[in-house]
Amino acid sequence: MAAGPMKIRATLAGGFTEIRVLMTHPMETGQRKDPEGRIVPMHFIQNVTVKLNGKTVIDSQISQGVSRNPVFSFRIKGGARGDKVEVGWLDNHGESSSIEAAVA
Amino acid sequence: MALTLLRPWAALAAWNKEAFGARSAADALKGIGAADAAPSAELVIEAPEIAENGAVVPIEIASKLPGTSSIAVLVDKNPFPLVGKFDFREGAVPFVKLNVKMGETSEVRVIALAGAKSYAATKEIKVTIGGCGG
Repeated sequence: MAAGPMKIRATLAGGFTEIRVLMTHPMETGQRKDPEGRIVPMHFIQNVTVKLNGKTVIDSQISQGVSRNPVFSFRIKGGARGDKVEVGWLDNHGESSSIEAAVA
Repeated sequence: MALTLLRPWAALAAWNKEAFGARSAADALKGIGAADAAPSAELVIEAPEIAENGAVVPIEIASKLPGTSSIAVLVDKNPFPLVGKFDFREGAVPFVKLNVKMGETSEVRVIALAGAKSYAATKEIKVTIGGCGG
């Protein structure tokens, strides 16, 4: 399975903005074998960054211990309708992706 | 499926190889500078008591400790216990929800860095079908 599209939603919720983001990624542990019995190499997201109006607010490092097709919820203080939220990832193969949404 | 490669996500902090490559929770804790974390009830873990599917175990973490700048999540009995480390800058709430893999029943250990001190909370999650084979 290759990495694929992302989905994002950012909504105001009583004093904070809730960001829910989905990443399409196999998050291979390097312990699984394919049907021919060959080890499937490690392939997983290592960095996830959340930006609000272009400024980094959350900077994270993750491992192959995160489930396949990672889903995260993050929270930002305050926020206003129309603020721009952007989430991006980088994996151990150097592949990357990002997505942005306006706070609703 | 095409990836968005027009704007490579390059300007990110390095990945902590030492901590993520650690084979024991104790070594992973050393790797993130939290070997002496003190237990805290202000660090709240919401997770199921029993996970039917170890491949997807939802965990929600919130820190009520003033000045929390980072939250780390470990699954003690996984081959590589450290699952993630989330650094919160100004404007972020010290909160994260994610799905983790669990190979077997284990303590889930959460560490928060607040000020210059680290704090810990743990919760045992029982796993009926392990989820580390992929």
